[in-house]
Amino acid sequence: MLIKLARLSLWNRRVTASLTLVSLIISVALVVGIDHLRVQAKQSFSQTLSGTDLIVGARSGQLNLLLYSVFRMGNATNNMTWQSYQELSRHSAVAWTIPLSLGDSHRGYRVLGTTEAYFEHYRYGQQRSLTFAQGHFFTGVYETVLGAEVARKLDYQLGDELVLAHGSGAVNLHHHDDKPFRVVGILQATGTPVDRTVHISLAGMEAIHLDWQQGVPLPGRVSAEAALQQDLTPKSITAVLVGLKSRAATFTVQRQVNQYPQEPLLAILPGIALAELWQMLSLVENVLYVISLMVLLAVLIGMTTSLLASMNERQREMAILRAVGAGAGYLFLLLELEVLLLIITAVVGGVALLAGGLWIAQPWLAAHLGLFIDINPLQSQSIYLLGGIVVVAAVMGLIPAVAAYRRALSEGLAQRL
Amino acid sequence: MMINNETAFSLRDLQFRWAAEKPPVLQIPELDIARGERVFLYGPSGSGKTTLLNLLAGVIKPRQGQLQVLGQAFEQLSQRQRDKFRARHIGVIFQQFNLISYLNVLDNVLLSAHFAKTPAAQARQRAQQLLDALGLASLALDRPARLLSVGQQQRVAVARALVTQPEILIADEPTSALDSDSRTAFMDVLLSTAAQINCTIVFVSHDRSLQNFFSRSLDIRTLNRAAREESLC
Repeated sequence: MLIKLARLSLWNRRVTASLTLVSLIISVALVVGIDHLRVQAKQSFSQTLSGTDLIVGARSGQLNLLLYSVFRMGNATNNMTWQSYQELSRHSAVAWTIPLSLGDSHRGYRVLGTTEAYFEHYRYGQQRSLTFAQGHFFTGVYETVLGAEVARKLDYQLGDELVLAHGSGAVNLHHHDDKPFRVVGILQATGTPVDRTVHISLAGMEAIHLDWQQGVPLPGRVSAEAALQQDLTPKSITAVLVGLKSRAATFTVQRQVNQYPQEPLLAILPGIALAELWQMLSLVENVLYVISLMVLLAVLIGMTTSLLASMNERQREMAILRAVGAGAGYLFLLLELEVLLLIITAVVGGVALLAGGLWIAQPWLAAHLGLFIDINPLQSQSIYLLGGIVVVAAVMGLIPAVAAYRRALSEGLAQRL
Repeated sequence: MMINNETAFSLRDLQFRWAAEKPPVLQIPELDIARGERVFLYGPSGSGKTTLLNLLAGVIKPRQGQLQVLGQAFEQLSQRQRDKFRARHIGVIFQQFNLISYLNVLDNVLLSAHFAKTPAAQARQRAQQLLDALGLASLALDRPARLLSVGQQQRVAVARALVTQPEILIADEPTSALDSDSRTAFMDVLLSTAAQINCTIVFVSHDRSLQNFFSRSLDIRTLNRAAREESLC
C-alpha cells in the first residue's frame, strides 16, 4: 500500500515529477558518463604503449623521453649513436628492439623513421598490434606508411606522393622536395599517437639527410637515385623501444643502460612514466568530475525543493492519511519512498541513456577519433558511485520527509485550505 | 486492548493548549458519552470544536486531565499507539476533500482497512456492501475519486470511515458542502449505516437544523471553560 501510494502520488504530480525526473536522469548520465570516460581515458592512455619493457634514449628527463618517443611531442635534446643501438639489440636479455628516428614532419604530422620491427612488435591497448587498413609495410627507401588520421585528414590514398619537411613545425622553410615519398600503406585507427604519424624507413630518413649539415641543405645536392647508391645506415637514432625476453630482467637492463660507459643514456619503464604523466593530466579530469557532482547536487536540491513545495498542496492527502490511522512515521516513509522511487528510476534511466548514447556514438568515435569506448558504462566501482547518488538523494529526501513528519504531529487533522 | 467499558468517551478535567506558554484553548471539567450515543456538538468557529475532535481522535494529546476512549486512557498512550487505536476503532469524516484524489473509489475505502489491518477479502466485501447501502451501487469502483461529485465523495467517505466497523465515528461538518436536499439524504444513509454496527457518533456542525437527527445535543461553549473565560474578557 505504501509503495502504491508513493507511486500513484508521484503519478498524480506527473508534470513536476517528470521534469524532476528528466533533470535527475540527465545529471546521473552526466556523472556516470564522466566517470566512465575518466576510467576509459586513463585505461587507453596508460595503454598507449604496451608490451614494451623499456624505452631507451639519450639522457634527458623521464617525461621528456616518454613525450617524444611515445607521444611525438617535443624534441630530443640529443641522439644516441647507432653503435650503442647495435650493442643494445645484441644484449642477451633483449628479445627485440624498435629503433625510432624523429625530427622531420609532414604538414604538422611527425615523421618517424623506423624498421619492420615497428609493425611486428609495437603493441597498444590489450596487446593489440598494428594492422593495415590498406597496403603494406614499406620495402623501398622512398616509401611511407601513414597513420589513420594523417591519411584521413590530408586525404591521402595509396600511391600518392608526399614531400617531407625538415623540422617539426607546421610551417617549414626547408623541404625535402627532391626526394618525395610514395604512400604504400595506411594503418587502422588505434586511438594512439600512431594515428598521427608518418612512418618511413631508417634508410629513407638517412637518404633525405645525406646532403644536409647542421639542419641546412648543402650546396651540391645528392639526387634521389644517387642517394640509393650510398650507405644508408644511420649514424644515430632518437630512441629505442625494447622488449625483453623476461620481465624479470627489466631492472638489470635498465641499470646497465643507465650506466653505459660509451655515452650517457637513459632507460625508462613506460608503464611508470605513463602513470606519472597521467597524474599531471588528471587535474582536468578531476575538475570535470567535481563539476558533474555539483550539477547532480543542484538537481537533488531542486528535487527537494519541489517536494517541499508540494507539501502544501498535499496537506489534504496527509490529513486523510492521518485520519485513517497513518502515523507520522508512515508519512515520513511515504515521502522518503517517493524520493527513492524518483532517484532509482533516474539512476536506471541515466545509465540507460548513457549506454544508448555510447552505443550510437561508439562507431563514430572509433572511426573518427580512434577512441574505443566501452558501451557498458558500469564498472565494478560504478556501484559505489550509483549507490552514493541514491544515498545522497535519500539524505536530501529527509528534509521533506521530516517536514511531513513534524507537520503531521503539530497540525492535527485540520484541513486549512 | 480491553474494550468492555460502557462509555465511549469519558473526559475529566481535560485541558489542552498548543504550547505551554499559551492560554488553554480547551478546558472541559467533565463529559461522558455512552456507547451507541449520537451526539451533536455545535458552536461557532473558534470555540474549540476541531481541537476537541482532534483530542477525541487521538491526533493530539491532552496537556492535563484524563481522556478515556472505549476504556483506554489516551493520555497514557504514545502517539503511535493512539494512531493504531484510531485506525482500528475510530472512523473520521471531514467537511470536504475526504478522498485521496489519485486513488480510485475502492482504494480510498480500503485505505482505512489497510491501516486497521482488516483482512483483504473481508474488507472488500464490506466495502462493496457499504457502497451499495450508501446508494453508490452503480458507481464504478475503479473510478478515480476526483471525478466524483461532492455528494458522492462524502458518501464514499462514510464507507471509508465505516469499513473497519469502528465503535466510534467522528464527523466534522460533513454536510456543509452539500445542498439541503442531499443533506437530508446524506444524514439518513449516514445514520442508518452507522446504526447497523451500533456506532457511537460525535457529529460537529454549526448547522443547528441537523440536531433533530441526534439523541443528544451539546453546545461547545457550555462544555468549554476556556472559551467561556475568553468570551468573558
